[in-house]
Amino acid sequence: MTAGAALDVVELAAGVVLAGAVLALWRKDLRALISVLALQGAALASLAAVLAVGDGDVGLGVVAGVVLVTKGLVIPGLLTRVVRADPGSRETAPLVNVPASLVAAAVLVVLSYLVAGRLTALFPDPLTRLVPLGLATVLVGVFVLVTRRKAVSQIVGLLLVDNGVALVAFLLTAGVPLLVELGTSLDVLLVVVVLQVLATTMRARFGHVDLDQLRELHD
Amino acid sequence: MLVTAVLVVPLAAGALAAALPWRRAVGWAMVLANAAVLGLGITLAVETDRHHVAGGLDGALRADALSAFMVVVIGAISLLASIQSIRYLEAEIARGEHRARHASLYSLLVQVFVACMLAAVLSANLGALWVAVEATTIATTFLVGHRRSDKALEASWKYVLICSVGIALAFLGTVLVYFAALHVPGHPTGASVLDWTSLVHASHHLDPAVVRLAMALLVLGYGTKVGLAPMHSWLPDAHSQAPAPVSALMSGVLLTVAFYALLRFKAVADGALGPGYTRTLLVIVGLASLLVAASLLLTQRELKRMLAYHSIEHMGLIALGAAAGTTLAVAAVLLHILGHGLAKAVLFLASGEILLVEGTSEMDEIPALLVRQPLLGGIFGFGLVALLGLPPFSLFVSELNMLRGELAVGLGWAAGLSLVAMAVIFAAVMAHGRHLLLGGSGARPSVAPRLVGVPLVGGLLACAFFGLSAWPLQPLLDAAARVVVR
Repeated sequence: MTAGAALDVVELAAGVVLAGAVLALWRKDLRALISVLALQGAALASLAAVLAVGDGDVGLGVVAGVVLVTKGLVIPGLLTRVVRADPGSRETAPLVNVPASLVAAAVLVVLSYLVAGRLTALFPDPLTRLVPLGLATVLVGVFVLVTRRKAVSQIVGLLLVDNGVALVAFLLTAGVPLLVELGTSLDVLLVVVVLQVLATTMRARFGHVDLDQLRELHD
Repeated sequence: MLVTAVLVVPLAAGALAAALPWRRAVGWAMVLANAAVLGLGITLAVETDRHHVAGGLDGALRADALSAFMVVVIGAISLLASIQSIRYLEAEIARGEHRARHASLYSLLVQVFVACMLAAVLSANLGALWVAVEATTIATTFLVGHRRSDKALEASWKYVLICSVGIALAFLGTVLVYFAALHVPGHPTGASVLDWTSLVHASHHLDPAVVRLAMALLVLGYGTKVGLAPMHSWLPDAHSQAPAPVSALMSGVLLTVAFYALLRFKAVADGALGPGYTRTLLVIVGLASLLVAASLLLTQRELKRMLAYHSIEHMGLIALGAAAGTTLAVAAVLLHILGHGLAKAVLFLASGEILLVEGTSEMDEIPALLVRQPLLGGIFGFGLVALLGLPPFSLFVSELNMLRGELAVGLGWAAGLSLVAMAVIFAAVMAHGRHLLLGGSGARPSVAPRLVGVPLVGGLLACAFFGLSAWPLQPLLDAAARVVVR
């Protein structure tokens, strides 16, 4: 693969990750959100694969495979199991409506360009230039977490944050050392398993997984 | 060898608990394992004093004086918690709330949790440190939800979600430090880029702009696990819903293990930026935490929730002490980590005992504890005295030294504000404590515990001892502080 084509793939993958985050704000169907996550996982895996081929880095190739399996297949599969048990699987009443959320997303993208501006100015490099896309994904993920009330939406928010961080890591440093990378993948997978078990238990216990109706603990 | 053993012992005990059906003897095996961790920690502390650092697992594990001190703290608190776990589990099984299978799972998860904390403080690599801290969240989630009530379920959901987001931000900060290190000429490449020792050596060459962004994310991210404002909201729920021995471990050591990570990163950031930047960040989150604790403590009605807000207060104090950053102040921070851990563990374990005996932990429903239950009431009363920072307990000494450190670097205004918050908290706790221990007519009969007081009194005595005597801890504290203060 030529360097130009490789850069095209990287740019496309980074774009897909941010576009997925914005799409997650727009769509209320929880199944659609899960497909978005699977797409982001595939984009991140192909980004890592392209970087691995470019650098001849076997470790990074392994990471690309692990990312594809965990973020692209296993995690979306786990979330599908939560949603399947829940027939009314829509985010009914987010705290902020969709048009306002999209405006907020635009503001967050501008914000991340401002924050990362210093970074990209110091290290002008075609990959570093894309870092704001990852930061914006992190911020949109936090926004989803704060404004959405369904259990699945909150997990999606967490995973958007995580995918954003992964994107920044690949762009800046071609991933962290292999062992740490594998450790983080395992940790994220376990967190999703834990959340899936909790969501299933809540559904069995309360008959819903709407966190607005869980308000026993407060000050 | 020694360092590796520290990790293997608790894991082996956990495997034993998983393999055998739960009996009292299995519980005592856990106690023995945690006592061994404490013993190994003390040996490690003596060794690192003489030989500086000890390593293990091909250099992946590394213990300097700071790590050794944290191993001692983890060993001491988990020893106390595992003794009380036996009583907790037996009571649960006797009341038919849980089967023996749950007790086995509980013991396994507690031991894995302890091993993860030990791995965090023994990791040579800051990336591995992150993996270990994240793993503590996973190990503790089901422990928080162990009681399987609606509230416990909600608390564990909040806990795992908020802490995972926080820790994801900390990972982003770690990646940025890694990025900065890759651009230092002559810095080792590969897995050792994030090795703490080499990072500190190279810290003067790290790009300041990148480190500034990284440190902000790290303070916010690890601050979530420490329970520092503004990311503290999971803490009162998780600590009040978890079984008492787990609350003791989470409040007594897990919070400060996360703070240990901040101390390590602070040493790197101070090299790149000078002490001013991280100091400002820590003063902001420290004062915010004190404000949160001071404003919400008075309205608490439940014992363990009150103790949880106390944890936020003490983490705020520790953040201010670390912000001062002198050797004196950091040594005081470490003594505070131990003193707070001991006092808070004793109080959580005592409140678990109160819940067992009285059937409630609502403070309004258990008045005049000191009259009806002299032993338990006395332990709780002295525990509160320790937590308020009164002599002879070690928290008095450490708070005093942290304040001195803050004055020495021109943070007198922050020290003053923290004193105001502490005065408000003092008044709130006195009001709660007076009612709880002496107030009302305590005519309700209840069963008096006998031997259960032994470990709790032991914890309080240790806390008082370290307040009265600089021997044998002070050389270790100074050595540990000098690890992160240049």
